[in-house]
Amino acid sequence: MRFFKNVRKEWMYLVMMIPGLVLTAIFSYGPLYGIVMAFQEYNPGLGFSKSPWVGMDNFNLIFTQPAFLSTIYNTFFISIGKIVLGTIWSVVFALQLNEIRQNAAKRIYQTIVYIPNFISWVIMAGILTDILGSTGIVNEMIMALGGKPVQFISNRAVFPWTMIVTDAWKTFGFGTVVYLATMTGIDPALYESAVIDGANRWKQTWYVTLPMLVPIIILMTVLALGNVLNAGFDQVYNLYSPVVYPTGDIIDTYVYRLGLQNGKYAIGTAVGLFKSVVSCVLISTSLFVAYRFAGYKVF
Amino acid sequence: MHFITKGQKIFNVFNYILVTIVSLSCLLPIINTLAISFSQPAFVAAGQVYFWPVGFTTQSYEFAISNGKFLRAFLISVERCALGVGINLFCMITTAYPLARSKDKFPHRNFFMGFYVFTMLFGGGLVPWYILMRNLGLLNSIWALVLPLAVPVSNMAILMNFIRSLPSELEEAGQIDGAGNFRILWSILLPVLLPSLATVGLFSFVYHWNDWFQGALFMNNPSKYPLQTYLQTLLTNFRDMLRQSGSNYYELLQRMNEQTGRAAQLFLGLVPVLVIYPFVQKYFTTGLVMGSVKG
Repeated sequence: MRFFKNVRKEWMYLVMMIPGLVLTAIFSYGPLYGIVMAFQEYNPGLGFSKSPWVGMDNFNLIFTQPAFLSTIYNTFFISIGKIVLGTIWSVVFALQLNEIRQNAAKRIYQTIVYIPNFISWVIMAGILTDILGSTGIVNEMIMALGGKPVQFISNRAVFPWTMIVTDAWKTFGFGTVVYLATMTGIDPALYESAVIDGANRWKQTWYVTLPMLVPIIILMTVLALGNVLNAGFDQVYNLYSPVVYPTGDIIDTYVYRLGLQNGKYAIGTAVGLFKSVVSCVLISTSLFVAYRFAGYKVF
Repeated sequence: MHFITKGQKIFNVFNYILVTIVSLSCLLPIINTLAISFSQPAFVAAGQVYFWPVGFTTQSYEFAISNGKFLRAFLISVERCALGVGINLFCMITTAYPLARSKDKFPHRNFFMGFYVFTMLFGGGLVPWYILMRNLGLLNSIWALVLPLAVPVSNMAILMNFIRSLPSELEEAGQIDGAGNFRILWSILLPVLLPSLATVGLFSFVYHWNDWFQGALFMNNPSKYPLQTYLQTLLTNFRDMLRQSGSNYYELLQRMNEQTGRAAQLFLGLVPVLVIYPFVQKYFTTGLVMGSVKG
């Protein structure tokens, strides 16, 4: 009885949701069935139902591959570097913009630094190869200052740092928007009382603005940590080359190369599944922590 | 705050300089590309082009536009964006509106929310995704680029939270006047939702315009590549492409080297995003901040 009462109340909503539900069921839930491949010696000719089962063999195999283990390290290194540098960069820039009193100027700066966010990594990779190349602008500047040119993209030791810095540079505008919005929400009374206590601008920033930002900084970091296994496929794939695989290959690029370009479906699926499971735990944890300690509830 | 000391003056000057340098660092690479695209290759090769064209020529653009491949890929991307943004907006609105209801009004709300949140947490991975599309016969079809990810969950959540933040009187007024759910959504909510629709619409447009990977994954035939996938192959195969472009290859090669031609096409690929951004920018901060950062 209650069920029918519910349905009478809900049917309009249900009808409305059908298109989204159907497409999501097919394209997001559909691939889940393919996970069985991770436990098979998948043969495209035989399909899911007839390919022989191999249990955990695929997993045993990948965990003995040094190439795979180094992709895990690279993924964490690049990801965490991006989170740290990206956060510092956007907080510092937001604090600097906050010191600018002219609202028009503030808006213009904010608009400009947001632009790189909208540029695809394909185009950005093209631009970066030009400006970071051995005859590019950056190296010409380095040489003009008396330094030696740096192989940003083809030097194994430098490559991960190039990924970290260029990503932070491309995305800090987003963080700036968020932090600046938080700063405009700070109660002016806090600054007034700080001034009465004799705080100068520097001290106001240090003792009022920054502490008020801490919760949102932690929140953004926690959410970013949930995605730590996504180290930036588009960026790395469009900038790397076999020379820098040892330090630059991340899980996603490894799966693409191995699973699809080399046609090792089963192994690729196994690596993908491993990543999905770990990601699932990390993202759930980060959402839970964000909800528990910051009251952040997206859904 | 009311007195400006000498120290503050100095600070302000330095602050402006630093902020300007960082902001310029975001603009100059684009300007550099633009300058290269309008320069004669010889000067580019000699490293003389910075932020202003040297030996101004539109040769690279003429080549890009007369080159059938570029134009075809561009049009595929336009088609993809029209379809993709339309599908995204339609699905996001029709999903966000019900999910913004309380549990009282929509008893199974949390079940459906969970259905979507799960897709953010766990996926089958790349290979099963590819095999599914192959089995559905969608390879080489534009639908492979627009139907998956029809409901971008985090953008849908921005919209949902925006609807939730609206005063309930708005809808009650509609109900009193006898409007049904569809009518309330269409005539009352949509106009108010414009800022956040502009925001999520922009995100969705940028996603579809900028994505190259789905194109590379699902299109086996290069003639079906969307623009970014085409540009991606261009980055690696520029010389091959020139060779295939036919008759006057040697003449072309004299006039342009790799860099200028590539720069022209990269810049043309940027134009749509740069054109649309200022128009939605005014909605942007409100739409984004209201939806996502709200506690």
